[in-house]
Amino acid sequence: MEQLESFRQEVSEWLEENCPPTMRTPLVPEEEVWGGRNAEFVNPESKLWLDRMGAKGWTAPGLPTEYGGGGLDRDQTKVLHQELFRIKARPALNSFGIWMLAPCIIEFGSEEQKREHLPKIIKGEIRWCQGYSEPGSGSDLASLSTKAQDVGDHYLVNGQKVWTSYADLADWIFALVRTGPQEPKHNGISFLLIDMASEGVSTKPITLISGKSPFCETFFDDVKAPKENLVGIENSGWTIAKKLLQHERNFISNFGLAGGGTGSGADVVSIAKKYLGEENGRIAHSSHRDNITLHKMKEHAFGLTLQRSGDEGGKASAASSMFKYYGTEHNKDRYELMIASMGNKGLGWSDQGFSDDEQAITKAWLRTKANSIEGGTSEVQLNVISRRVLDLPS
Amino acid sequence: MKLILTEEQQFLKDTAKSFSRDKTPTNHFRKLRDDNSSKCWDDSIWQEMVQLGWSGILVPEDFGGSDFGVAGISVIMQELGKTLTPSPLLATAVLGVSTIKLLGSGEQKNMYLPKIVSGEITAALAIDEGSHHSPFNIETSAKLEGDNWVLNGQKVFVIDGASADIILIVARTSGKAGESNGLSVFVADKNSAGLEISRISTADCRNYANITMNNLSLNQNTLLGEVDVAGEIVEKVLDLGRIAIASEMLGNTEEAFEITVSYLKERKQFGVAIGSFQALQHRAAKMFCEIELTKSAVMAAMHAADENSNELERLASLAKFQAGETLHLVSNEAIQMHGGIGVTDEYDIGFYLKRARVAEQIFGTSEYHQARYANISGF
Repeated sequence: MEQLESFRQEVSEWLEENCPPTMRTPLVPEEEVWGGRNAEFVNPESKLWLDRMGAKGWTAPGLPTEYGGGGLDRDQTKVLHQELFRIKARPALNSFGIWMLAPCIIEFGSEEQKREHLPKIIKGEIRWCQGYSEPGSGSDLASLSTKAQDVGDHYLVNGQKVWTSYADLADWIFALVRTGPQEPKHNGISFLLIDMASEGVSTKPITLISGKSPFCETFFDDVKAPKENLVGIENSGWTIAKKLLQHERNFISNFGLAGGGTGSGADVVSIAKKYLGEENGRIAHSSHRDNITLHKMKEHAFGLTLQRSGDEGGKASAASSMFKYYGTEHNKDRYELMIASMGNKGLGWSDQGFSDDEQAITKAWLRTKANSIEGGTSEVQLNVISRRVLDLPS
Repeated sequence: MKLILTEEQQFLKDTAKSFSRDKTPTNHFRKLRDDNSSKCWDDSIWQEMVQLGWSGILVPEDFGGSDFGVAGISVIMQELGKTLTPSPLLATAVLGVSTIKLLGSGEQKNMYLPKIVSGEITAALAIDEGSHHSPFNIETSAKLEGDNWVLNGQKVFVIDGASADIILIVARTSGKAGESNGLSVFVADKNSAGLEISRISTADCRNYANITMNNLSLNQNTLLGEVDVAGEIVEKVLDLGRIAIASEMLGNTEEAFEITVSYLKERKQFGVAIGSFQALQHRAAKMFCEIELTKSAVMAAMHAADENSNELERLASLAKFQAGETLHLVSNEAIQMHGGIGVTDEYDIGFYLKRARVAEQIFGTSEYHQARYANISGF
């Protein structure tokens, strides 16, 4: 306990010295940092903050120091997050590499792969995207058909991925490919790392109902991928794929908490008071107030459940399905409540007649609709809970 | 605050689990009901609980208890809830003990607490006066006449009121109904003249009474602590009661859910187990999520109580709310998923439904606690 407190002291002093002033102000979307070869830093302090945090390994506090991570244990990581939260520090780096890929490389990758990829992920030098879904393979992911043919020293990759987040901005992709076309569907899949700069890779953004394009279609046309970029054993990629989905779900679970996930960061209670008015300090409209209270109580209990899962050592892997399901449904609910509280001010599309904040909430509301689809639909999560946790027959 | 159990709390939980499986499976409750037991709990079972020290879990060591805390009693309530075990734990070991411990003088604590610990007496807290929980809405009056306090009024739905040896009566000594100021608590012997106790018959077949005070005359030693200032402590006692009943409700929920999921695996229709139908699977999975949230809310509340956290009120309301919502859902779904057998008296699942609705009322429904949570949070 004392050691933890002295660690807290150390962290707090380091942050005081190293977190640049503008990095303690509310994040503006243009200044969000995702790293990568072509990263542009609108605010030079974002770069400074990333470099300092990356050098310390605190962009990935739990990963081993030998690969550039912070080497912190669970309690220390919690302290770091608390201290970052306390000074309202912006995230130094958003990264699919850290959230999803790195834990899988640690578990399944070769020593060479760890040395090659982890430090670049942690420092934000390489930006990764996820090549999972295909036009014909959504919830039934294992039916995927992008094929990787063994042609001696490399694989020849042909096919199409869809819903590839930020593929147009990414440097590398971790992709599920079919290497065993004759095998039963789960047994013919491999986990392959592909450089997006390779000849034959192209991307095309998809415009969503929010008007934004965070997702792409990604095409592979006779793309050469060196054999050393296969993670784990050929045709055993499904195990890695599922593990990675757990990491993804754990990350998405935070969407259930105010300020987490895809959203504008606006607080539903303040929004309601602003647009519905206050009466003796209360949200003036009683039905809205009731709905919002219900939402906030569920959020409180959900937050406590995330905490409990951490305190128990995070051992229940099936729990990730519950968190993904509940967190994303909750986030959708939050934005429905938010725009309902705003009345006609919650439905703006552009500058004419609406403030930036109002438009951001409307766009975020539309964006949340994908939360319960991406990373496995709510229905798939409920299937997982039924089968794996409750052991109900299929 | 870590949301896990200490070794000591885990030990109490394991002990209570074996106890309820071995000595008080649901058949125990069924028999009490069939026999129309007047207390609706079994004396010899209660004495065994006393031997295990459960009557004294909230009692300080100076008065013969173990002082194992709210988390200790809560995990026991949770396990007993699984088999619907009736006992005086809530009314006596939580409400009675806490009221006397937090309000009483040293002399009063000495007079009652050791007797509660030893199982010699049981207690009941008489507070509500209407059809809905409303702790400060108290019209029962206590007036000093000469050397005695004279009480008049009516209390309803008093848990264990039909059998308790001492009744702790919350009465108004000043102010008017609705105010938290002006409340005082008195201890009355069940046989006092002017105290009329009538058992009421409820769907869950437990022990409740309506109590009328008709010029009930009590000497000054029966006033717990000081006059007029009991409101805040009563609210705290109720919060502890809410956490304890929420724990019991969590146990009810867990067991009703487990029975139901087992049934989904066994029952065959159209040649397959009905649990293979997605229409039922997804409903079961959603219940699982709500139960996990309930476990967390209850655990946070019981630890907050033991740590004297300033979040106690909010967390107690969250726990009672979440436990109530979840038990409501699960008790209804349990019946529906059982189909015809679920609505027969022969099958236990109906007991959980009947207990659920009564427990939901105790110390405030989900609606009550939603409103309280909103007020505390400034929504």
